[in-house]
This record gives sequence, structure tokens and C-alpha cells, in this order.
Amino acid sequence: MIPQPLTIIGGKLVLPQGAPKPGALRCEEGRIVALGDIQPEAADEVIDARGALIAPGLVDFGVFAVDKPAFHFGGITRAALMPDQGPPLDHPARVRFAAQSGKPDMWVHPLAAATRALEGTELAELALMREAGARAVSTGRGWIGDSGVMLRLMGYCAMLGLVLVTHAEDAGVSGHAVATAGEMATRLGLPSAPAAAEALAVARDIALAELTGCRLHFRQITTAAALDLVRSAKVRGVKVTAGVTPAHFMLSDLELAEFRSFCRLSPPLRSDADRKAVIMAIADGTIDVIASGHDPRGAEDKRLPFADAEPGMAGAETLLPLTLTLVRDGHIDMARAFALLAANPAGLLGVKAGQLAVGLEADLALVEPERPWIVDRSKMAATAGNTPFDRRPVEGRVTALFKGGNRVA
Amino acid sequence: MVSMTESNQEASPKASQSADGRYPAGGLAFPHRDLTGISHLARHEILYLLDEAEQWLVLNRQRHKHAEVLAGLTIINAFFENSTRTLLSFEIAGKRLGADVVNMHAATSSVKKGETLIDTAMTLNAMRADAIVIRHASSGAVQLIADKVDCPVLNAGDGSHEHPTQALLDALTIRHALGLPRQSDLNGLKVTICGDILHSRVARSNILALTALGAVVNVCAPPALMPAEIEAMGVRPFHDFDAALEGAEVVMMLRLQQERMSGQFIPSPREYRHLYGLTLERFGKLPPNVLVMHPGPMNRGIEIDSQVADHPTRSLITRQVESGVAIRMACLDVLTRRTRAVPGWTEMGSALA
Repeated sequence: MIPQPLTIIGGKLVLPQGAPKPGALRCEEGRIVALGDIQPEAADEVIDARGALIAPGLVDFGVFAVDKPAFHFGGITRAALMPDQGPPLDHPARVRFAAQSGKPDMWVHPLAAATRALEGTELAELALMREAGARAVSTGRGWIGDSGVMLRLMGYCAMLGLVLVTHAEDAGVSGHAVATAGEMATRLGLPSAPAAAEALAVARDIALAELTGCRLHFRQITTAAALDLVRSAKVRGVKVTAGVTPAHFMLSDLELAEFRSFCRLSPPLRSDADRKAVIMAIADGTIDVIASGHDPRGAEDKRLPFADAEPGMAGAETLLPLTLTLVRDGHIDMARAFALLAANPAGLLGVKAGQLAVGLEADLALVEPERPWIVDRSKMAATAGNTPFDRRPVEGRVTALFKGGNRVA
Repeated sequence: MVSMTESNQEASPKASQSADGRYPAGGLAFPHRDLTGISHLARHEILYLLDEAEQWLVLNRQRHKHAEVLAGLTIINAFFENSTRTLLSFEIAGKRLGADVVNMHAATSSVKKGETLIDTAMTLNAMRADAIVIRHASSGAVQLIADKVDCPVLNAGDGSHEHPTQALLDALTIRHALGLPRQSDLNGLKVTICGDILHSRVARSNILALTALGAVVNVCAPPALMPAEIEAMGVRPFHDFDAALEGAEVVMMLRLQQERMSGQFIPSPREYRHLYGLTLERFGKLPPNVLVMHPGPMNRGIEIDSQVADHPTRSLITRQVESGVAIRMACLDVLTRRTRAVPGWTEMGSALA
């Protein structure tokens, strides 16, 4: 369906640089055709933003489930789907199916499984999956332990021009750990691994990326030591980027008290010093992407003893408001917030979206950045309410969402 | 703390029958519904449980070992992990107090059929137990069940987290071995705990209880079996057993918990014995007043030599077992007082709510 031309007036445009600027935005045939100090044309549908931000729809880099109500609540118009599905996205047909699964009002960009069944041993058919719609390659929830496999994988991804998304935890060190080694894990008697498990994995993968020229993205970097490695690799010109979820800049392992299984995440929550290092890295540009890691889990996966519970959180609805806390605290400005949430992940996926610019897809969110609400796990749009932010007051809410110029929420 | 409790005592007209005037009155002496860990207890609450156990220690040495305190109550021992001595100890404790005691073993229950822990808890709750004693292989599992049921829950060991009755019985055993009277804490006592600290719930509960009672605690383990930042719990960590033993008055040896280890933590049992075993040779070098404890079951010839474990005067191992029954009787008695509407314990519920 080709929508009627649309002009959103009376808003503040979140442009790639600078503070939000009062103005209007016009779209036609699903694309942005004009923005700034413009007027609606005669046949246009006109929407008054009433002072709200006109922002790019969020591009959520790395979700585990296609959960449209939650994505729409959170202002997400595109999501990169992790290959950890049942069965895994290691076959072109499954990738093609996944790529269609959100349309028309939500675009899902599948990440191809790097290895067959995500077992970390045999390369999957990456070129065929690229043809089927895979936008990048991912090792999934796990780390590929065999450096030889990783070397061949990176060389192959470099040849295909595909970004490789890796999970940075040395599995030999982390083992069955469910917490970061430290006072909290010690007091609770939880299986734990030193935070250095992350830096070990990051150091190896950066070395291999330098060797192969592979474009590498760490989906989550959560420790100071690993962030230092990424920071210095960027200085050397290595093609590496890093992401994080709000959990690792909002929470530390103190949340594990009382064995709250909603705080069972992968990688586990870190020390407060690491949490602060993540905020610094977001501010200084070491971290490029903030994603939700959306992974709704029902009671059968979460109402268990901490170490027996599955990791993951339902994060799509809280992604934007929690990121906006960084703006309010002065760590980043609004333009950078949306670069982290939309433009940068769109760039990784190679899709023409994620910014307000003429010619790009009209994926738009109207955002009231100061509108208060309280996270309530029993009233979430997501298929499950496993949020570690339950009952937390937050600010920032999407009041309207457009995908390709069509209003979807 | 002492002066505060005394003033509470004066302010309240009701005094618990068993307290000696040093504890808050009635239910205020122990305001918790459950016993999930030592970490929730204040020093005077630990001492209260120890003092309450004294009467049962006396009873258990008589020919007629029966009190009808818990007559008519049902206690379920839900053991999701194998246990012989703790289960037996809880069963005897409940029966000597006159309760109906039922044991549930995970091996013969629906747990094996895929029933979730919460479902099992709800089932036990629906059977209207008056107290549930739980052992489970996962840290935090007992708290999870306690949050879902309506009766007092006693932790008989959850994963590597806590084993509170073990720490209480160890403290009681030490107090008796040192000839300390009621209400005594262990101020200044030097205790060395050696072994698999990482996987040990006994170590955690003992560290909490001993430090709360004023003891000075050294812990000793090879690096792979020493938890990170253990010094935050107020103990001194050692890798050298002989250094850790210096000045110790009580040595607690722990079992190597091979069933909880994933991967290799030590090269071999005999190498472990060489570095960390309380061998006869090591024992011989200790001053003659040093006492030896072990929560059992022992790996004789690995962490402790038989001659040491069986030492007639300096090994407290069988006395620990004896104290265990008394401590568990005290815990069952204290935790069911609200259900039994013991005078002074009923209004507490509403006062807390």
C-alpha cells in the first residue's frame, strides 16, 4: 500500500547533528522528501507533533524474538534478528522467511548464523544467506572457541563484505558462570567468572580482524578492560565497532541480591566500576550502538533459581527511555542518542534508514522525551515481562510511529 | 546491642519463657518467619537460637527424648539433593518435638518428571505443612520457595549459598567445647576454615555466623577454590595452609565437593592432601589446645587423616552431629511459635505487618 503523502508539523527534528530543531517533515511514497522550514502541500495528511521530537525510528541491533507490540511501543521500526532461533538461522530458506516475518509494519533484518547450528565448528552458507536477505553474520549467543574457525570465518566475511557480530566472552573462562566474580557472586554462592573473560575474547577477535580486514562488531561490551581494547583498536584504524544494552549502563551486579532472575543476563551484570566505564565509552564514542537485546522469557524460563534461569531481558520497551537518561545526565546529546539507537545500527546493516534525511525511508517516531511513566512487568506490550527495570520510573515515550510513511502505532 | 535489648525488655511486660532477660521480649527475639540464611540474622538472633538449643541438648541426652512441643504439626523435609545426615538430623529433631515428619526425596518425586520447583512448592503448601525444610542444589532456590509458601521455611542447604543450621550447630559445638556459658559469643576466637571454600555453603554460613559472633576467621584454599573478593566478608584469605593455621584455636576442614566442580580444580587428591590436608603430621605440629571440626561427610585420607578425625579429645566431629539435632529442634520450635500461638509470639505477626 502506498500511503498518502504525509507532513508532520510542529515538531522538533532530531537531525544527525546539533540540538533538535523546530520544523516539519514531509514524506511521499514512503520516503522523506523534505524537512525543515516547510509547509504541507494541498493533498497531504497533516499530523501536528505538538512539540514532540520527530526522530528516526529505532533500529534495534540484536533481538532474539520478533515481538511487534513491544517494538512498536518502543519506537523500533527495524530490528536485527539474532540467529539463535529454533531452528537457528543457518540456512538460506530460514533467513528468507525471517526477513519477511515483520512486514509490512516492521522490518526484520536477519543475522546469518556464522556456523552450522551455531556450533562454532563448520561455516554456514554465508553467501547464499546474504542473497536470501541476511544483513550481517553473527556467532549468536555463544563465542567461537576455536581460533582457527574464527580466522577462516573472518576472512570469509571480509571477502563477502559482511559485518561479523560476535559475542565477547571466552567460554573457557566463563564456563557455566551466571555472574561476574566479585563480592556479590561470592556472597550469593553463584557460579561466577572473572570480568576478564570479556577482554580475552575481545583481544583475540580484534587481532583476527586486523589480520583479515574483517568488519567486526561486538554486540555487547560491558567491561572497562575490553572497552580499552576497542578504544585503542579504533585508534589503530581497525574496523571494529561495539554495542551495549541499557542493562550494562544502568545496573551493576548489586542487583543480584535476593537472586532476582530477571537480572540473569548474558554477559552477566558487572561491577559498578565497569558500569561507569560503559557510560564513559558511550560518551567518548567507543561504543557505537545501544540495543535492547530483546529476549522475552516466560515464567517457565525465569521463575527458577538464579543459576537455572535462562538469561535475557525484555528490553524493547525500555530501550529509548533508558538511553534518554544518558542525555538528561549530560553524557551525550539528543543527536548522539539517536545515532546510537538508529543511524549507527542502520549503517552496520547497510540499510538506508536511521536518520532524518531526504531520500531515506520514512521510518519515524514522535517522541515526548520528558513524558514520565513507570515500567510495569505485568502490563508490558512484550510477550513476557522479564524486565530488570520493573517499577522503575522513566521518562520518554513514543506517541506515534511510522514505518515507510504509514502510521503503525 | 546489649543495652538496647535490655531496655526493650524493661519496656515490655511480656517476657519469653525461655529467654534469660537478655533478648527482646517474645517474638521480637526472632522476628523472622524463615531461616534462609545467616546473612539475615543479627548477632543477638544467632545467640538466641544457640541458647534455645541448650535445653534440647540436655533432653537429647536423657533416656526419654520426647517433648510434645510440636504435637499436631506437620513438617515436610523436601530434599532436592541427596543427603543422609542432614535429613536424618532434621527428621529426628522434628520427631523428638512430637511433630509429624514427612520426607520428600527428589529422586522419587515429580521433580524428576519435569515439574517445576515452584509447582512443587505450591503442592507442598497446599498440603498445609507447618514448616518446610528444603535442600536444593541451586543457590537461592530456598528463598524462591519461601516467597511462594505460607509457612516457615528452613534452609537445609542451597547450592553454594548457605547452610544456616550447620553454622549454628558449629557455633554451639565450639561454645560447649570451650566451656562457654549461655549468651557467650566467640569474641576473639581464631578459626581457620580450610578446603573447597568456593563451592561450600557451609563455609559461607560459618563465615557469617563466626564473624557476627566476633571470631577472627582465616580461610584457606587453592586459588581455583577461593571465591573472588572473599575478604569483603571479613575474613583473611590464605593459599598456604601452614600460614593459615598460625594462631588458630579451631580448625574447620571442608570436604572437596567434586560433584559441584565443573572442570579440574586440583591436580589430584593426593596432591591436595599434600598441600591442604589436615594430616597427622600437620596436626602434630599444632598446639595441643587446637580443636578440629568437619561438617561431614569426610573424605578420609584426603582433607583429613583418620587419626585426626578420630582424635578422642580434640576432634569435635561427632559432637557437631549431636549439636545438629539440638539446633534443628531449636529452629523448628522457634519458627513454629507463631503458628502455635505461643504467648508473646502471636502479636508479632501483626506488629510486623
